[in-house]
Amino acid sequence: MIASLIAQLGAANVLTAPEDLAVYAYDGTAALKQRPRAVVFARTAPEVSAVLKLAREHKVPVVTRGSGTGLSGGSVPVAGALVLCLVDLNRILELDTKNLTLRAEAGVVTQAIFDAADAAGLFYPPDPGSMKISTIGGNVAENSGGLRGLKYGVTRDYVMGLEVVLADGSICWLGGKCVKDVAGYNLRDLFIGSEGTLGVITQVLLKLLPKPAARQTLLATFAQMDAAAETVSAIIAAKIIPCTLEFLDRKTIRCVEDFAHVGLPLDAEAVLLIETDGHPAAVADEISRIEALCREQGATAVKRAANAEEATKLATARRSAFSALARLKPTTILEDATVPRSELAKMIRFVGETAAKHRLDVATFGHFGDGNLHPTFLTNERDTEEMHRVEAAMQEIFACALSLGGTITGEHGVGLAKKAFLRQQLGDDSHALLKTIKRALDPDGLLNPGKIFDR
Amino acid sequence: MSASPRGLAALDYSVLQQCMHCGMCLPTCPTYAKTNRERHSPRGRIALMRAVADGEQALNRSFAEEMAYCLGCLACTSACPAGVDYATLFETARAEVEQERVVATPKRDLLRWVTMRFLFTRPRVLRFVGRLLWLYQASGGQAFVRRAKLTRLLPRKIRELEPLTPDIRRKFSPQLIAPVERPRDGVVRHRVLVLTGCMQDLMFSEINRATVDVLLENGCEVHTPPVQACCGSLHAHNGDQPTAKLLARRQLEAIDPFAFDAIVSNAGGCGSHLRHYDHLLADEPAYAARAVEWSRKVKDIHEWLVAIGFRKPRAAAESGCEKVTYHESCHLCHGQKVSRQPREILRALPGVELKECAESSWCCGSAGIYNIVQPETAGWLLQRKVGHLRATGAATVATANPGCHLQLENGLRAAGSDARVLHPVLLLAQAYRAERSA
Repeated sequence: MIASLIAQLGAANVLTAPEDLAVYAYDGTAALKQRPRAVVFARTAPEVSAVLKLAREHKVPVVTRGSGTGLSGGSVPVAGALVLCLVDLNRILELDTKNLTLRAEAGVVTQAIFDAADAAGLFYPPDPGSMKISTIGGNVAENSGGLRGLKYGVTRDYVMGLEVVLADGSICWLGGKCVKDVAGYNLRDLFIGSEGTLGVITQVLLKLLPKPAARQTLLATFAQMDAAAETVSAIIAAKIIPCTLEFLDRKTIRCVEDFAHVGLPLDAEAVLLIETDGHPAAVADEISRIEALCREQGATAVKRAANAEEATKLATARRSAFSALARLKPTTILEDATVPRSELAKMIRFVGETAAKHRLDVATFGHFGDGNLHPTFLTNERDTEEMHRVEAAMQEIFACALSLGGTITGEHGVGLAKKAFLRQQLGDDSHALLKTIKRALDPDGLLNPGKIFDR
Repeated sequence: MSASPRGLAALDYSVLQQCMHCGMCLPTCPTYAKTNRERHSPRGRIALMRAVADGEQALNRSFAEEMAYCLGCLACTSACPAGVDYATLFETARAEVEQERVVATPKRDLLRWVTMRFLFTRPRVLRFVGRLLWLYQASGGQAFVRRAKLTRLLPRKIRELEPLTPDIRRKFSPQLIAPVERPRDGVVRHRVLVLTGCMQDLMFSEINRATVDVLLENGCEVHTPPVQACCGSLHAHNGDQPTAKLLARRQLEAIDPFAFDAIVSNAGGCGSHLRHYDHLLADEPAYAARAVEWSRKVKDIHEWLVAIGFRKPRAAAESGCEKVTYHESCHLCHGQKVSRQPREILRALPGVELKECAESSWCCGSAGIYNIVQPETAGWLLQRKVGHLRATGAATVATANPGCHLQLENGLRAAGSDARVLHPVLLLAQAYRAERSA
């Protein structure tokens, strides 16, 4: 099979040396590692198709990946797998300013899509923490979220069409530039968030928005976590939807400041990073109302970013939160439990209590506005006993999130990390439906097998 | 294999574990940008190092080549939110490759011995060789050899490098700088020592003079020992840890850090290494305390000038350059995290407009001896760099490291640009001088 792959793709695009296998054994998820059989790079959809046909012929599993920044083990290889890496599929094909769409190959880096839109006065809102390096194909396959979810939604809300190569090698286009299109099943959405288990996404057609004319960023400091949570409720109750409503706890603040030096208050129990965008008049009105609400709820300090540069620095600092927490302990296990906004304060309290009960070090940050929390366990993967306690705590947190009407994962995907909890959330029938669809599209079970659910 | 672990396996495991493979470093890594291959990324290299430490990866030629392909620019350390100490990992890995003689050949051994163990441990011999090269250039020998195309007789590799031979200065630092100089007005606010470097001394001694001048203008009594040991940065970056330690010890024997307010370096590459003597000599009780004080005192010239509130010149430098762009030496901005201060100095110059270039903190490809051992990637980086520099339309490129300085001069010249390359301190010294003649 390797020889056939080399014949199809060229020797430079088929890696089998141990030094290459070792570096495609992981993604951004902690403590997961598995070397693949080989790593191949495809440059076109027909090449992807050829790889999948060969894999099918030889019954070899295929794990698709981009930059490998996933946080649920979605692109960690399974034993004996072929890693299909799409980073060389990296051209922006069309920016259509009449229809406000952008068509790009799957390996284009998210930041490059944002920049291309920005240069044309347009806006691609989804901004996952790793957007400087994550690929758009990976974002679509994981249905990534980001800091702007509250107002602008997630990746799914911007995918108008996509090209996907199926397990049998057929190449399908799903969706298109029409805002309204009800021809046939809505299969495009089936592939969004499918984590590479149903097909290989090779091209995407994205919806763009006009760039908001104005933007204001504000940093509010709180002496108590509850006050910060109450402020979020107060803002929403006042019928304001900021584009960003982020929260960092004390430990996260310290780590982020240590790295980014953006002037975060080190003595605060919590900070809220709030951004509003839109028409200048609306932004001015909203930001002063938000500022007043923060003060009413007992913020100890409220500071507006002086300019766009300072605002970008704050948002960039926030995006580094997860990685910055690695400063404290060797292993950082990041969770993604999400609850309806109204249950947020309860969830945060529960995370704190659970960590205390299991004698664990936890830092929490996340997207307060959309109920998406990132409790992060600071631990050491070499300490087996502590890792057991982490697992126990995680189970309790997931159970609590579900009992509050939440989900085990808001934006990171199920992958390997959360598949044990999926049935609990979906129920037996829905869980079985997922498997039925998987079998229909991938009868040999070769596409990212063992992800989302067991083989 | 030796019984007790050495190299990566002996390293504090938490340094390796610090990388949580988030991938934030990838977009800043030049070799990853060029190849799109994970093994050529910081995250990939750290994974390989960890595999070596875990005994899952052989310490083989392939690993050695990967370590050699890394520029050591440390851009990844600026991008890393987790604070991975890549400099230590990288130096340890390269040292292990050398200790275990993974890529050793008699020719390579000889070359390494002559340069690192012989020349760059003997400052007087190095100056003597520099003097010979100067004679060859000043007597017209070099011009004759080039005109007569005698370079064709050289082996191909050396022939290709010959045009890059740097111009040696007629006067080296001791001929330009007295061992102790005091401010003209006699008011001493700080007592500092200036390190003259090896390359800086032979090729850019006027930058050392300018460094002393600007320090004098700002109330510093300046001590400049005429004979100084190499700082050992060349050795540490190229896997010769024992010699790096030897040179650090020599430096500490010759210079008492407790006697000065600052030990000033004007070369990004040297400064980055000099600051780490505390780490380097941590396990040598006789030197450890002194090394800690040393690391505390080492300051980059720009950093020091800004810290003491340097006086803004009132006149424009005589060369009257209006548009200046700034190329950051990797080991100044990533290694020492000094990025704002050189710009502050350039902005303080009357008549100078600082025009930022794209990717100012990207490596120019010089990277110590990288342009010699990895000419292809170095050339790719240089072209990219020169493109960005030229796009600014600046007639002057300011930079603060001799390696970058030479590389940019060669790159600009090859591209047909007549832009000059200058050290920011040289412009500042010129401006102070212009004040007096005005």
